[in-house]
Amino acid sequence: MSRTATVSRLSKRERNVREPLRSFFTAAWLGWQIESNWTDPFLFAVYSIIKPIAGAAILVVMYGIITRGAFESPLFVYIYLGNAFYIYVGSVMNGVSWAVIDDREHYKTLKYIYIAPIHAPFYLVGRGVARFLTATISVLVTITAGMLFLNLQLDLGTVNWPMFLAALALGVILLANMGLMLAGVTLMIAHHVWFIGDAVAGALYLFSGAIFPLEVLPNWLRPVGFAMPLTYWLELLRRALVGQVAESFPTLSHVSNGQLFGILLGLTAIFGIMGIIMFRWCEHQARERGLIDRVTNY
Amino acid sequence: MSKIPAIQTDTLTRIYKIRGGKKSDPKELVALKDVTIEVPRSELFGLLGPNGAGKTTLIKVLTTLLAPTLGRAFVAGYDVTKEPHEIRARINMVSGGESSGYGLLTVRENLWMFSQFYGIPSREANRRIKELLEVVGLGDRINTKSSDLSSGLRQKMNIVRGFMTDPEVLFLDEPTLGLDVGAARDVRRFIRDWMDESKDRTILLTTHHMVEAEQLCDRVAIINEGRVLACDKPTALKQQLQQAAIYHLQISPLDGITPETFERIRGVHHFTYRSQDGSATLEFILEEDDVLATVLNQLTAHDIHLLNLEKREPSLEDVFIHLVGMSMEEVERGEVD
Ligand SMILES: Nc1ncnc2c1ncn2[C@@H]1O[C@H](COP(=O)(O)OP(=O)(O)O)[C@@H](O)[C@H]1O
Ligand SMILES: [Mg+2]
Repeated sequence: MSRTATVSRLSKRERNVREPLRSFFTAAWLGWQIESNWTDPFLFAVYSIIKPIAGAAILVVMYGIITRGAFESPLFVYIYLGNAFYIYVGSVMNGVSWAVIDDREHYKTLKYIYIAPIHAPFYLVGRGVARFLTATISVLVTITAGMLFLNLQLDLGTVNWPMFLAALALGVILLANMGLMLAGVTLMIAHHVWFIGDAVAGALYLFSGAIFPLEVLPNWLRPVGFAMPLTYWLELLRRALVGQVAESFPTLSHVSNGQLFGILLGLTAIFGIMGIIMFRWCEHQARERGLIDRVTNY
Repeated sequence: MSKIPAIQTDTLTRIYKIRGGKKSDPKELVALKDVTIEVPRSELFGLLGPNGAGKTTLIKVLTTLLAPTLGRAFVAGYDVTKEPHEIRARINMVSGGESSGYGLLTVRENLWMFSQFYGIPSREANRRIKELLEVVGLGDRINTKSSDLSSGLRQKMNIVRGFMTDPEVLFLDEPTLGLDVGAARDVRRFIRDWMDESKDRTILLTTHHMVEAEQLCDRVAIINEGRVLACDKPTALKQQLQQAAIYHLQISPLDGITPETFERIRGVHHFTYRSQDGSATLEFILEEDDVLATVLNQLTAHDIHLLNLEKREPSLEDVFIHLVGMSMEEVERGEVD
């Protein structure tokens, strides 16, 4: 069918700039409304304060037993911080991918959002912003608790803030893209997978040098750790916060900060492209199979 | 005004693959088969058919929720497969009989949020929201959490969501499903008024209510088992049946004879039988008036009293029966069995 000039196309600017921006900000607003709807403040406290502290406490006890109480060792700071920042991994990935389930199954709005002129990846990432913010509370609480009660050797005066913030920002972008991949998978699965983000985060926990050096892994599993951008991300965050203590983890001690940044940047770019491609492919599949508005009975 | 049809489909087919057991090959269900329709701008087009006919499937394809299996479909001149993005900026959709929405947001917040996806400036959005909520009688609920609304009121909120963006093409999937009689009437009037306000608007509405199709729609396509069987103005569709004679009989209870006896009379095109306490109703579509004599003879022969006899004008229901050989209700019952 031929189309006459009377049907005007959306302008490039509308499509490439305005749409992604308003998708992102509106979604972030919605995500925050949902996340901050603490009808039960107690539940919120459990989730974002008590749970992370309990997680850290278990780690501390285990560490204490294994090392016979070597809390002064730089290794301890390293493990403690790795664990604390790992909170972001599950939260951001879940925040992004969860929106698919939430909108499709719970609010039954996914089809209306999907047919709106939105930019789906930006919408989903926007939905994850609120979880990033609550995760930040958890991270801060965990670190503060460590400093107050466990004599965590962290001197805020010597922190390399620019490096810390840059690494954090890059990591969040990375996690958002990983969340997008999971969102794509979630979109394609007719049955709901409630905690796919947490599940994946849990699986990657051991491969990212969060609580022990990659050297501890058997030889054949080590490459998985080196391919994980999270490994470099955590290393950078720790170096920014506690400087050369970092070398207590041998894994990356021969790599400079600049090199670490380069690797993280490269892997983030690769994951970003993969995330978009994978999401679009899953979206296409879901449209072919009629899964966009599929509601499972639960 | 452009001559591009608001909606156009060309031998559109949609097949669902149903994955059964692990081993067995997926079964195929043809939900739409070679659907070719064209809806010009400014038309209120109705899709009439029983449950399972394929109405929702057609709407899903046109609203870019579902990919066509074969054939092509265009909305506002854009291909649903190749340019879904262009379409989304120009359409909206409302499905009846479901309660979607963010329960923790107020009615205004729910609607405002959707308006933002369409890039409507907040001020303008709030103005439209307020105005439309007044029209559907939800004005005093604007700050109510949507979880506190009854399902009927939620549906009205949803209807406002669809109209609020002033789409070029609006898809309404059984918009009055689940509403009480009064609310359904309000919604129908609202739909008609909205269409009459501007020549640039087009609606595709699905329904399995004859009356809704007849009263509301400029043109109606009758659809069954994924096929469009007829498509015309309601009056023109009924014209096809001008020859047929439609009779409504009320009689004393059938005694000593089964309803099937009437079905077997030659010239009876379609027959339904319903019994209430103390009496029974028979409904006939006869090929011509003369056949009525045979029917009445049967009644007399079995000593059945005729309490009332009416000749009816053909309705769209009769058109459906004429085309399918069954009433929509019978088709739906067959589906369940
Ligand atoms: N996602 C799906 N998977 C498999 N079959 C489906 C799916 N959606 C609808 N169907 C089937 O396709 C046919 C048409 O359904 P639908 O378009 O919903 O009809 P209507 O809206 O007219 O009631 C029905 O037989 C229905 O069971
Ligand atoms: Mg339907």
